[in-house]
Amino acid sequence: MAAVNQSARSRNGKFPVWRWVILLIAGVYFLLPLYAALRFAGVKAFGSVFTQPGFGAALWTSVQIAVMTWAITMALMVPTTIYVHLRLPAMRRFLESITILPIVIPPIVLTVGVLQVFPTQLKATMWLLGIEYVILAMPFAYRAIDAGLRSIDLKTLTEASTNLGASWVTTVRRVILPNLGTALLSSTVLIVALCLGEFTMASLNLVTTFPVWIVETDQLNANISVSASLIALVVTWLFLMLIVMIGSRRGRRTGAGEVNLFSVTANTKTIGES
Amino acid sequence: MVTAPGSQSGPGAGRISRRPARLPKPLQAVVRLAGIVPFAAYIIIGLFIPLIAVLIGAFQNSSTGAWTWSNIDAATHGAYLKGYENSLELSLIASILPGVFGLLIAYAIFTAKRGGRVLRQMVITASGVFANFGGVPLAFLFIASLASTALVTGWLNNIGVNLYDHGFTLFDLAGVSVVYMYFQIPLMVLIIMPALEGLRPSWREAAENLGARSWSYWRHVGGPVLMPSFLSCLMLLFGSALSAYATAEALTGGTIALVPIQIGTLLNGNVVAGQGNVGKALSLGLVVIIGVLMVLYVMLQRRAAKWLQ
Repeated sequence: MAAVNQSARSRNGKFPVWRWVILLIAGVYFLLPLYAALRFAGVKAFGSVFTQPGFGAALWTSVQIAVMTWAITMALMVPTTIYVHLRLPAMRRFLESITILPIVIPPIVLTVGVLQVFPTQLKATMWLLGIEYVILAMPFAYRAIDAGLRSIDLKTLTEASTNLGASWVTTVRRVILPNLGTALLSSTVLIVALCLGEFTMASLNLVTTFPVWIVETDQLNANISVSASLIALVVTWLFLMLIVMIGSRRGRRTGAGEVNLFSVTANTKTIGES
Repeated sequence: MVTAPGSQSGPGAGRISRRPARLPKPLQAVVRLAGIVPFAAYIIIGLFIPLIAVLIGAFQNSSTGAWTWSNIDAATHGAYLKGYENSLELSLIASILPGVFGLLIAYAIFTAKRGGRVLRQMVITASGVFANFGGVPLAFLFIASLASTALVTGWLNNIGVNLYDHGFTLFDLAGVSVVYMYFQIPLMVLIIMPALEGLRPSWREAAENLGARSWSYWRHVGGPVLMPSFLSCLMLLFGSALSAYATAEALTGGTIALVPIQIGTLLNGNVVAGQGNVGKALSLGLVVIIGVLMVLYVMLQRRAAKWLQ
């Protein structure tokens, strides 16, 4: 509390010591492990990650799962959210609370249930992961699309379009979707990041996705695991920077300013994925 | 439009009307709901049925399916009770410490005047990245820095601080909570920011005009207004730490006695036969704790919303 007091006194213009101390501690805590990992891995390990046995297969599995999850999520959530906005606005709150559930429920609990009820043919296959990642992706897909729809005057646009004789399909395809560009892009990026990083369900469902492969490799070669982790971090970081850029550049044009990294991450942090 | 009684839900309801586009109201509502059937079906199959199966399974014998309390009994005694104790202790440490530190960082960048905009943008962007960075890669980052022969441990050794002689290890509760802070602190920065932004400068000015020193402002105005938001953020952090699985699993290889890890071990089948449903009882316990946290969270958020709009 003393620090806070001091800040108030010197808050006009100066940059007080306590602020430097806090930011310095934070800087050390967050950057030191990155540096240590770089040193530990060594430069050579980075190159050999890509030629490691199993790397290609694991990455390919993750990519396939991501594509599948993306396709199902988009096919399911885009029409549903548009429909709810136009026809069932009263359901929006309800949908919001339903779609918060996958964030709140520990992934390990969902995994237990899924492995219990899903048919044996699906178990230990990537299909099961694709199907369930849609559930995990739903919170942020819904929120991104919902924010995108709220930022445009959906009712006027659809009325204008139908008055001009456009069919429903045409209205959605040529009027609504182009206006949702930002929302769709940021949910795509988040879905891909989720699919490339999810470990809990993948490992317990015995599918060697990219993160599972990193852990398995650790038993043979720790350097490779650490360098693969750093690569994963950089890729995640690039994805998230991409969202920031989409959000700030296109957001202003389409008015979907609400879908940016902060709102999306704050709303969608999957509890327990970490 | 008025329809004859009894015709509302009948199969001919649509035909009675001369304009087929206009169905009776209740039927209209049903037709309108049809649009969300695919979504509802997906979420029932993918989310609700698995969850219900867990809740029911917690009260069933794994092999016979007979109703029993024995899973619950096992889950609340011995090693599993210890798991709950560890999990709660870890979540408490890994929510309060990052909560306070995250608040300080958020306040530091929020009140920064010179270069404040750039600093804020930088810290918030970095927080967004780090908050999402958990699981496997995070575990390896810390293994590379704080394991017994790792770089940072070595540095500290050179300046005469031997962590491992002082009983520290990366693979117990203290170690795991150090690692959890890596995503908990940025998460706190992100979720407490809106609350800080809700503190209106005019309150501060009013307090100062009335002669309040900084301490009295925080004691009587800022603190009480911020408190519900702060506590509700702690609930989120607690829940996040409680249900985390991937980081602890990758870090300790499943050796640490935390509830999610124990559930994972039971699921992998590395246990005595007939204990399969104990994992469901443990899951039920987690869901109950998270449920309580969420109720508290909503209540605190409501209180917070009174002042912070």
